[in-house]
Amino acid sequence: MDLRYSQEHERFRQEVRAFLDTNWTDEDRASTPPPEGQAHLLGAVVRTDERATRFRLKAIDAGYLYRHVPRRWGGGEQPPDPIKEKIIHEEFRRAQAPWEVVGQGASMLAPTLLEQGNDKQKSRFIRDTLLGKITWCQGYSEPGSGSDLASLRTRAELDGDHWVINGHKIWTSDANTSDWMFCLVRTEPDAPKHDGISYLLIDMKSPGIDVRPLRQMTGDVQFNEVFFDNVRVPVENTVGKRGQGWTVSRSTLKHERALIGGTHITRRMFDGTVMLAQGLALRGRPAIQDPVIRNRLVELESRLLASEYHGYRLLTLTARGAEWGRAGLVTKLYATTLNYDITRLAMDILSDRALVGPGDEDAPAMGMFPTAYMWSLGILIAGGTANIQRNIIAERGLGLPRDPALGRPKVEPLRKSA
Amino acid sequence: MNFGLTEEQVLLKDTIRRFLAEQCDTTRVRAVMESETGHDPALWRDLAGLGVPGLAIEERHGGAGLELLDVALAAEELGYAATPGPFLAVALATMALTASANRPAQERWLPAIAAGNAILTLALGEDDCEWDPARAKTTAAANTLTGTKTVVPYGAAADAMVVAATESGEPGLWLVERGAAGLSVRPRAGIDMTRRLDRMTFDRTPATKLASGRAATDRARDAGLVLIAADAYGGATRCLEMTTQYALTREQFGQTIGAFQAVKHQLADLTAEIEPSLSLYWYAAHAFDHIPDKAERHAALAKAHLADLYDRATRVATELHGGIGFTWEFDLHLWFRRAIFDRSFLGEAGHHRERAAALAGW
Repeated sequence: MDLRYSQEHERFRQEVRAFLDTNWTDEDRASTPPPEGQAHLLGAVVRTDERATRFRLKAIDAGYLYRHVPRRWGGGEQPPDPIKEKIIHEEFRRAQAPWEVVGQGASMLAPTLLEQGNDKQKSRFIRDTLLGKITWCQGYSEPGSGSDLASLRTRAELDGDHWVINGHKIWTSDANTSDWMFCLVRTEPDAPKHDGISYLLIDMKSPGIDVRPLRQMTGDVQFNEVFFDNVRVPVENTVGKRGQGWTVSRSTLKHERALIGGTHITRRMFDGTVMLAQGLALRGRPAIQDPVIRNRLVELESRLLASEYHGYRLLTLTARGAEWGRAGLVTKLYATTLNYDITRLAMDILSDRALVGPGDEDAPAMGMFPTAYMWSLGILIAGGTANIQRNIIAERGLGLPRDPALGRPKVEPLRKSA
Repeated sequence: MNFGLTEEQVLLKDTIRRFLAEQCDTTRVRAVMESETGHDPALWRDLAGLGVPGLAIEERHGGAGLELLDVALAAEELGYAATPGPFLAVALATMALTASANRPAQERWLPAIAAGNAILTLALGEDDCEWDPARAKTTAAANTLTGTKTVVPYGAAADAMVVAATESGEPGLWLVERGAAGLSVRPRAGIDMTRRLDRMTFDRTPATKLASGRAATDRARDAGLVLIAADAYGGATRCLEMTTQYALTREQFGQTIGAFQAVKHQLADLTAEIEPSLSLYWYAAHAFDHIPDKAERHAALAKAHLADLYDRATRVATELHGGIGFTWEFDLHLWFRRAIFDRSFLGEAGHHRERAAALAGW
């Protein structure tokens, strides 16, 4: 065990710093537009303006971004080195420089196309997606198909060289602003439910698509209902084989869980909660001096540190070429539960100041904590609800039996990692 | 940047695990815990043969010269197997002796500890749940000690003990040998029968001064906190495994109970809490030797967190086992009782969280 960086990695850090000093200046930093809405509380806001794109292209060329993506598809193409990736991430954050475009397209669709797409699809979509020039939404959930996603009923019928789609998707984040959708539809109505699904790429400008925004409990509009009325999609926009969409989508969900399980947002929320406790009084003394609040803060910090050090452990396993096993299954449930508990403590520190939110001129921290509290429930649900995570941990992690009623394909239990 | 075990460390863990599985199953655990002393000299000799008591003792004193992390890996395995005996007592005394920098005492006792020929312990806790050496009511005067230590692990079995006391209001460490004048022992009715506790009373008992100040005592306490965290991780893991096995075999309503979501979700939640907590004790152990400014606080955090987690693990395990889990014959209570030891010894979670808050400047 040695938490210091090797000389090679220290040199690499200097290289990255020199690159950033030259290519992302104070002027660039000052040009960052203020975030819109409240989605930045999830860390999901990424700038994709001209200045950011110019920078990103240089960073890709230097091999700092999209390192796992081949150059011919628009990536940095570098040998895997999780420690270098950690260093790049740390330095880019320090410099407040544009990072890889996070979100459904770059984080979920692009890896799926790399694994399952054909060359034509890769060359058409990956590069522009990685630069944020094409934005994506995910057409998975339906009103009757949430956790039981494989029961989905939106259907596609073949008409010449086009699929004709009819149906209804829901909880579709960013459908109102996205250029394209990657979508699961039923193409073989007579096959068992997991075998009758295909994975399609749908241009959101296609005639017959009707997007109706849904307002969330936070007051923001980010997710939507999407209605399909005889929407025509070229057959060439099928990813993988017809009827294999369930398998194709598994690689996407895997990436989404990794995305949602990250600890940076949780760390930021915790540090913000400590500042809140230091800055606000509770009945005549700083909240941080309240014994109950101190105790809860330390308890939450222990969980946060455990999750950060768990990240080091996973990083080391990756660097050694070892499987994550059971250790990799728990990150989403652990981080999202922790995030919720941190925001709950912030609510108690606020006490009656939690009665008001964004827009109230006297609200502490611009009223962001009550909103963050609501958001923390959103991320418990997004990307597979907490209970679905528990099923996965129990079945794949512990080898407990599947519930026969769920009709899922059998999966092999994972081993416990070192 | 490498946060993982070395091949040697994995081998150490595997060796201890295999040895305990083969040589110290719960039949032997029960025999030792129901014996008068709670100490099995043959078992201790075998553990010494594997190098366990000498892991962190310097090579010039006959040890392996390794770090607290290596001792903690052993503690995890002993916790996993609910191994009875003076491991924690000896480790605490070893750390106190090492930190005291008293060469004559080190040369006299450390080689004997490493060889398995001497049992030493640390006498720290006093009435009113006081573990702070600066507030010890045991006092030293003219090379004698007077006072009472309430929960001394293996005090009766120890050949010598390191005692925290104050002299003219200043904390320090002294060494008292077995059979010293004015030393009396009263065994406690310990809940955890695999780790014996004794009340030790000193009445003008002859003692040798080892160190002045509180640094050596704090160091031993921090090591103890990390070792308890590691023991708790091992025990919690064992509870999870036992209960998973039970859920895979016990049938009710025509199916194994592990197919019920209520059961699966309790075990999944426990898994999700246990997996990352491994890294917390690893980090605390690593910090003890390599990151001085984080060592004390992480030891406190790790002990509070892991002991709490162990408590939850034993609760879930007992609940899911149903009636069988509440019997004397079934082994689960061995770990339940060890969890009580881990949560209470060296002070409860709230105390260490408050210390961690103060250390952060909050």
